[in-house]
Amino acid sequence: MDPSQTVQHLAAHPNYILEFTYLIAAILFVFGLKALSHPDTARRGMFLAEGGMAAAIIGTLFHQDIHFFGWIIAGLILGSLVGAAFAIWVPMTAMPQRTALSHAFGAVAAALVGIAEFVMHAGTMTLFTRSALGLEVMLGTLTTTGSLIAAGKLQDVIRGTPIQFKGQQYVNLLIFLGMVGCFGYSLYDPSATAFFFGMVALGLLFGVMLVIPIGSADMPVVMSLLNSYAGLSSAATGFVLGNNVLIIAGTLDGFSGLILSVLMCKAMNRSITNVLFGGFGAVQAASTAGAQGVMREIKLDDAAVQLRYASKVVFVPGYGLATAQAQHAVRELANALEGFGVTVKYGIHPVAGRMPGHMNVLLAEANVPYSELIEMEQINPELPTTDVAVVVGANDVVNPDARDNPTSPIAGMPIIEVDRARSVIVLKRGQGRGFSGLENPLFFKPVTHMLYGDAKATLTALTQAVQNV
Amino acid sequence: MQANAPTASQAMDPMVLMAALYVFALAAFLGYQVISRVPPLLHTPLMSATNAISGISLVGSLVIAGAYEFDYHKLIVGGPQSRASIVTIMGFVAVFTATVNVVSGFGLTDRMLKMFRKDVKGKEAHK
Repeated sequence: MDPSQTVQHLAAHPNYILEFTYLIAAILFVFGLKALSHPDTARRGMFLAEGGMAAAIIGTLFHQDIHFFGWIIAGLILGSLVGAAFAIWVPMTAMPQRTALSHAFGAVAAALVGIAEFVMHAGTMTLFTRSALGLEVMLGTLTTTGSLIAAGKLQDVIRGTPIQFKGQQYVNLLIFLGMVGCFGYSLYDPSATAFFFGMVALGLLFGVMLVIPIGSADMPVVMSLLNSYAGLSSAATGFVLGNNVLIIAGTLDGFSGLILSVLMCKAMNRSITNVLFGGFGAVQAASTAGAQGVMREIKLDDAAVQLRYASKVVFVPGYGLATAQAQHAVRELANALEGFGVTVKYGIHPVAGRMPGHMNVLLAEANVPYSELIEMEQINPELPTTDVAVVVGANDVVNPDARDNPTSPIAGMPIIEVDRARSVIVLKRGQGRGFSGLENPLFFKPVTHMLYGDAKATLTALTQAVQNV
Repeated sequence: MQANAPTASQAMDPMVLMAALYVFALAAFLGYQVISRVPPLLHTPLMSATNAISGISLVGSLVIAGAYEFDYHKLIVGGPQSRASIVTIMGFVAVFTATVNVVSGFGLTDRMLKMFRKDVKGKEAHK
């Protein structure tokens, strides 16, 4: 092609400026994510990504195929209003629900675009495009309902414990095969729309079935996986529309979810298939006989004295911190202790909470500097020299059975070894078991003392007591 | 359906297809490299940010919502005539959900990132 032809070609292609905008957007997205490797650069990086997004959206409004603007403007305005409301008012404790909901929203958009493309263009699509479209719609539909169920469980609209029945795995397998079968047949014969919509219906059903048997304690993995599916669904949309920025952004999202899933699974010493099909709640009966003994209670004032005269205190938060909204109360206590010269750190387990990084965000909200938020691998060597470890609403992530008892359902899961500290104070609502239903031998160890009650109220009272010692 | 028989009229050029697969492969590699460097400290903002970024699927939704004429009367009549209107509504819903993700995703990411600070602020008050 000689140069003059190239110019003619570009001139005949009104979308080339748009394509260039997309390229810029894709580059800015990558820079934005790269900046997330450090908290100091992260915000600036996100501004770049936002700029890229704005450019891509505004550029698209000039797309040659867009002829009518009414519905577009309505959607943009409504979406911005609802989105801004979320951004301003969602409390940090509700981040897991909100994130699950946003996976659902992303997946809905991808699924709808796929279905619309199928309705308008199925007859003229190549086999490859139809395959990508099928993947897009399958991933989109199952992520939509799966994420909605996850959000419901996290918001306590749906029972958080695993919902299981006999033969569940076979039913799920049947639904999955039905979905893939419909996909296969609609590839073979695109005019058989019934099969395509059968695939849509089965995809929606499969999403529900996939998530209802999973307990809330496994949510970090599920959230990451759904994140990954939503991203890959967007990437498949990119293949359908021949749009590279969609492929890039979707793939980045998909891989981010995948990497997080693997990290979360490692942090629980379980495989993804085990989380998805294991039914965590089902194995608890076998191991409850293990730990027995007396739980020693401690008086508030005695706990205050211990903390006040410690030289190093490590707080280990869990999901209970979020449910009790106790992050500010922890910070108050830590401030008081630091005022007396006590070194305070926070030991953060990767799967503490309901989504990756959940505890870090809560404590950052309470003004804890991130230099005090210590990852599991770094805090464990420090625990033997720690005077008091305070467990706030955490259970499985500090359960020594994971390390000591090979028959435990959580055997091999890395834990924060608070039982190696000189003394342990466990803040707990009541004497009952934790979310997973496992008995925790930590509570019966000689170094451990229990402090019952609502975490927030207890912490506030402790702060008072520490100052009056 | 305009045509039931599959035709090659809109076929993706094999070279374009290959290029798209290259883009996918390289993006996967890049994603792996970039995202494995994100510390666990920032995993929640990461999820929120990638969510917002994948809201770029909005550009596909916009085209669907604006490409066809919406006609209420044809929608009521139903049948093949109503197709363009139904698709437009699907596009509208997709624009709505994707916009929610973009706006709330970036908004919340920023709100969270603002909270991460290295210095100990407000500590003096308790001394």
